[in-house]
Amino acid sequence: MDVQALAHRLRDRFPDVIVVRDEVTVVVDAEEVVAALSWLRDEPDLVLVWLADLSATDWPDREPRFWVAYHLFSFQHGHRVRVKAGLASEEPRIATVTGVFPAANWLEREVFDFYGVVFEGHPDLRRIIMPDDWEGYPLRKDYSLGGVGTQYKGAFIPPVDERSV
Amino acid sequence: MAAKPSDSPPVGRDPFSDTRREFDAPASLPGEEHGDVREETMLINMGPQHPSTHGVLRMVLELDGESVVSCRPVVGYLHTGIEKNTEWRTWQQGIAFVTRMDYLAPFFNEMAYCTAVERLLGIEVPPRARVLRVMLCELNRIASHLVALATLSLELGAISVMLYGFREREVILDIFEMASGLRMNHAYMRIGGLAMDLPDGATDRVRSFLNLMPGRIDEYEDLLSQNPIWLERNRGVGVVPKETLLALGATGPILRAAGVPYDVRRDDPYGGYEDYEFDVVTRTAGDCYARYEVRIEEMRQSLLIVEQCLERLPEGDVKVDDPKVRFPGHLSVGPDGIGNDPRYLAHIMEESMEALINHFKLVTQGIRVPAGEVYQAVESPRGELGYYVVSDGGNRPYRVRVRDPSFVNLQSLPAMVEGGLVADVIACVGSMDPVMGGVDR
Repeated sequence: MDVQALAHRLRDRFPDVIVVRDEVTVVVDAEEVVAALSWLRDEPDLVLVWLADLSATDWPDREPRFWVAYHLFSFQHGHRVRVKAGLASEEPRIATVTGVFPAANWLEREVFDFYGVVFEGHPDLRRIIMPDDWEGYPLRKDYSLGGVGTQYKGAFIPPVDERSV
Repeated sequence: MAAKPSDSPPVGRDPFSDTRREFDAPASLPGEEHGDVREETMLINMGPQHPSTHGVLRMVLELDGESVVSCRPVVGYLHTGIEKNTEWRTWQQGIAFVTRMDYLAPFFNEMAYCTAVERLLGIEVPPRARVLRVMLCELNRIASHLVALATLSLELGAISVMLYGFREREVILDIFEMASGLRMNHAYMRIGGLAMDLPDGATDRVRSFLNLMPGRIDEYEDLLSQNPIWLERNRGVGVVPKETLLALGATGPILRAAGVPYDVRRDDPYGGYEDYEFDVVTRTAGDCYARYEVRIEEMRQSLLIVEQCLERLPEGDVKVDDPKVRFPGHLSVGPDGIGNDPRYLAHIMEESMEALINHFKLVTQGIRVPAGEVYQAVESPRGELGYYVVSDGGNRPYRVRVRDPSFVNLQSLPAMVEGGLVADVIACVGSMDPVMGGVDR
């Protein structure tokens, strides 16, 4: 299905469908994510049965702050759809989609690890890349980059945003 | 099971007579004498420091004798914060970061990142750069499959193949060094094309490689494909039904070996791949042997694509024309290595102030990329490598999310391994070929 036809089809179900740069994006509320992804997966003429990626972006100046993006792909038709849901800054929680796409297991763990988004119902929500006892959520924009102490005459290399050179 | 005391020592001098002590096997194990047999499973840590785990992969295995009851992969030992770093550097600097993630397939990272940014910018690379990018990526695919083959063979004991695989990889790395100056992690592609054109003689090198390689691939097949030990270790090992692999998001040779013909180059083409003729290699068995066969045949298909690239390589520039995007400078090889051509330096220093200012601004501040987001997938040797790049309109990326194939493929490792033997864990990890740089980023 070409992009415009796909967007037209999606507008039957979702009010917020955007087409930019040959890509279709659907914006849904966080409560509807499981229903939306299930519908996209099960709809016989869309066949978006495969989850390519699940990630998050932090927009600290906006509300909702955390935007989780689900990238779906259809082998039969070769089309892709991105589903986005916004989460509040305080206590970002969203339902897990591992029941719809088991591939989301590690992907959601990574989003939890780096952004602190809690996926309710996830079978094994714990950090995956950072050590288990790490504090803080590294990919958030307010997480400091940290400088590097060196052994050379007590010099300290400041983090990237504080360097003068 | 109680060990039996050894038979009487051979006649003659007993080298252990001084230190030998009688081995007194217990008549029964603790608990046995009461009629109940205790069985415990053993929790063993495999890695992260281990010669056969393809990098710093840690697997917590629960073993019942030799059988794996459960396997939990633990990752994160190679995490270097690349995604966060890209948010604090210019778009151009991102290439040097991004190329170091999947370090055995650096050109694919660069290709995906540059293609994603070019889509955000709305620019097209010149035709010569397009063909050269495909050629470099396919050569990189061969090099990566050679490493996969060589390391899997080494781990299973076929040590000669390790040497032969790396010998051929050296030829490819020489070609890369000729083009970019580096053997690995080249940062050779630029937003809008390539850093510099191929030097004279590079295409001849590639052509002689194309003459050399098919015979060498036949040699690997002679050594391995009908080898009884190779068959024993790989046939029927690590079989996962394709529905499970699809549900777990696995891509690349492991999915194609199970029968699903998903190849991003065919199903969601990019960079001109729709114009090349090649087969998507699939098998149906879904075991480690099928994955080996898929990689061998993919190397042959990549040779075909490189041949087509050489045939259709047009003349022209390798950088896009747009002065707001084109990375300034004109590189050439001087007595101390690759650097800006003296004539270009003369131009900006002596002739044109505007050119100097343009050069300065583009290098220090970088280019501005319009706000938006894009998901660009490429077919890396391990599967679908996806880049979700978000721009806020500035001169730095806002978010570069890398969907690395090894990370998602590793999710299916427990499915492959549980119920099998410990030795099969090695074969499964080797046939999956994860690169921890991509897994951990």
